[in-house]
Parts: sequence; C-alpha cells; structure tokens
Amino acid sequence: MESLERIIAEHPFFAGLESYYTNLLTGCASNVRFEAGTYIFKEGEEANEFYLLRAGKVALEIFAPQRKPIMLSTLAEGEILGWSWLLPPYLWRFHAHAIEPVRAIALDGKCLRTKCEQNHDLGYEILKRFAQIMEQRLEATRFQLLDVYAVGR
Amino acid sequence: MTMAAAATTTETDPMLPQPYSVREVLKETSDTFTLTLEASNGAGVSRFRPGQFSMLWVFGVGELPISISGDPAEHDRLVYTVRSVGEATHSLVSREVGEGVGVRGPFGRGWPVEEAQGKDVLVIAGGIGLAPLRPVIYEVLRNREKYGRLVVLYGARSPRDLLYRKELKAWARQRETQVLVTVDYGGLSWRGHVGVVTTLFKYARLQPARSVAFACGPEIMMRFVARDLETNGLARENIYMSMERNMKCAVGFCGHCQYGPHFICKDGPVFSYERMRPLLEKYEL
Repeated sequence: MESLERIIAEHPFFAGLESYYTNLLTGCASNVRFEAGTYIFKEGEEANEFYLLRAGKVALEIFAPQRKPIMLSTLAEGEILGWSWLLPPYLWRFHAHAIEPVRAIALDGKCLRTKCEQNHDLGYEILKRFAQIMEQRLEATRFQLLDVYAVGR
Repeated sequence: MTMAAAATTTETDPMLPQPYSVREVLKETSDTFTLTLEASNGAGVSRFRPGQFSMLWVFGVGELPISISGDPAEHDRLVYTVRSVGEATHSLVSREVGEGVGVRGPFGRGWPVEEAQGKDVLVIAGGIGLAPLRPVIYEVLRNREKYGRLVVLYGARSPRDLLYRKELKAWARQRETQVLVTVDYGGLSWRGHVGVVTTLFKYARLQPARSVAFACGPEIMMRFVARDLETNGLARENIYMSMERNMKCAVGFCGHCQYGPHFICKDGPVFSYERMRPLLEKYEL
C-alpha cells in the first residue's frame, strides 16, 4: 500500500516540494472516498480541508433561486479541490458534487493553517501553489465568460 | 523548425465553379449540417490537402468559403460541415439530395501534416473548428505508424453542440490516441468535462519537445490556446492555427481577406503561431 507521504509527494500540485515539507503535510492528511452522486461539500459550510484528487470527477456547482444547479467546471485526477480553507471566513463558495466515484487525499485546513503560521516557508510554498491554481482558474473563467462559440446565435 | 505548408492545387480555372450535386445531407446539431457533394459529370473530385477550403456557390444566393471536412483519401466526394448562420449558409444546408452546388477550389495552404511525421500530433478544436481538423485526424490514423501519439482536445459550447459524436468515440479507441471533450456549459445530465478547451491540457500527457499542435476555432479561442501551449513548452513555430476572414476570390486578387501583410485565402488559411502572434493582439485587425 502506498504511503500517504509518497502519494502527496507525487501529486502534481506538490511536485518538487522538499521532503521535509511533504512530511509536515502528511501529518494533516487522510485518505477519503466519495460515492458518485454525493456532495463533498456545500456552499456556506465551514471549509476545513482541501483535496488532492486521485481518481474520479467532481463538478463545481452553484445554485440560483428557482433554477437548477449550474455546473461551472469539473475537476479530475491530479487536480486540487478547494481553497476556501485558506482565507477567512473559511466558508465554501460552491457545491462540490462527486459525479463519479472519487478517491482523494484530504488535508485538514486548520492543521495546515497552524503549520503555515509556525513555518512561513511552508506557508509561502503553499500560497504560491494555490495562487497559480487561482490564476489558471480565473483565466479559464474569463475565457468561459466570453462564450466564444455563441457568435451568430 | 520551420514547416513549409502544402501548396495550392487547382487543375481548372480557379474562378470557374464546377458543377457538383448533393449526395447526402447529415444533420450534426440543431444548426450544423454535413454535406457530401459529388461531381455532376461523374468524374472524380479535385484532390485536397487537410485544411484547404472550397468556394461553394449556391446559385442565385451567393458564394461561401467552406473548409473541407472529409477524408482526403476519398476521391469520389467532397465533404463540408456547415453551420447555418445566415441566408447563404441556410440555403446551402437546405439543399436536397441531387440539387446542384458550384464548387471552386480547393484553395489555400493546409495543415503541414506530412511534416509532423515522427512527432506527437495535438489537435485542438473549438466548436465547428473540428471540421477543418477532421481531415488531419483521418490522415494521421491512416498512417498511424508514421506519427507519435494523437491527442484530440475538443471544446464545444454545450453537449448538444458536439460534432461527429460517433467518430469521437471511434477515434478514442484507436491505439496511441487520446480524445478529450469538454463543454463550456454542461447540463446536469452531462458526465463529461466542463470548462474551456485549455483546461484539458493538464490531462493530455503532453510531450512539448516532440509535439506539433494544430488549432482551429474562434480566433480568440486560438489565442488562448496558443498562449497556453507556449506556457506548456511548445515552440511557437510548432503551433499552427487556421485563420478566417471574409474571402471572395480565394486566389489573392480581391484583397477582401487581407490580414496584415497576409492574404488568408492564398497565404493561409493555416499559419504558424510564430507568424500570427504579432497580429493576433492588434485591435480591429
């Protein structure tokens, strides 16, 4: 059976991270599974963790009154789910819906925030990696907003 | 590496439409149709290279530049996938089997498919942009041993806008071939990817140093795609895109399709990102 530390070290999100840090992270990590159809978290709930996706697919959904949920994007193997644990008020902004059976590593946000406060080098490494994910997703969202295939409709 | 693109080949007067008739009309989506044409005189059709286009004349209505979406190895037909967005395209897709269409061409420089031999081929399509790239996929699959991996990344507005659904599944079953599909807006029953086409790059297992990318779709989509490919390590000269402007004569006389120093009809429609990059970010060009 693969060790948690090895799985964390090999996940693309933590590529190149020194083993000292992956060892620190492992203390906050656990293996989790979600059945297809279940919600991993819902908007407004406390954001106490984030997930390194190892298998399966998760849809990020948002609700608007009197409408069906809107699927904003999907995330799959090798990606990160959730950054609301990182910034106050530590509340989820979307629903995360497992649309396939999901295997992931959950990292305890409170545990990690404490370690980041104690070790700012670790905190900076984590923040840099999340900033890159945020930048990529913001860019993709802008591209999506352009609705580029709608010309003539 | 610089790749010379395919040369234009026309055997007849390029300004004279040849009589063709409709053999088949296939409805792909609510507004997009694939037309198969055959020469009315029973002769074979003009040979074409992937990425070339024809001028299709609907008599009494007008003439349209349409990319060829069929298999270059099928010499008895020309296949076009057309989205009905105006009077001329609506009239074209409304042709009945047996009715006539005038065809000029093929025109333009296509995808440098042969020069991509030995490399991984990355096909990135958005919306109806899959149509001009389908001949590339046919060509690579027919000569499978001459190429590395074939990766097809396809983005559409919604699941109901996806073209060539059966073929996408069939291509995905071929060896050394990866097909990933995404939509910008997925309904709740959709179980595929949701997000713009560039979000598929992370699943594509790219080997940038040995890859050539062919991209086709709305111009702004190709700009995002090319920029992200470059960020992922592909050299600008190994990224190709098919450009579109209002074409009339198709042979570089009229100037309607001028784009900076280029005529899209004659110098393109396929260009390297290296050549297009200075123009893509200019306003109102």
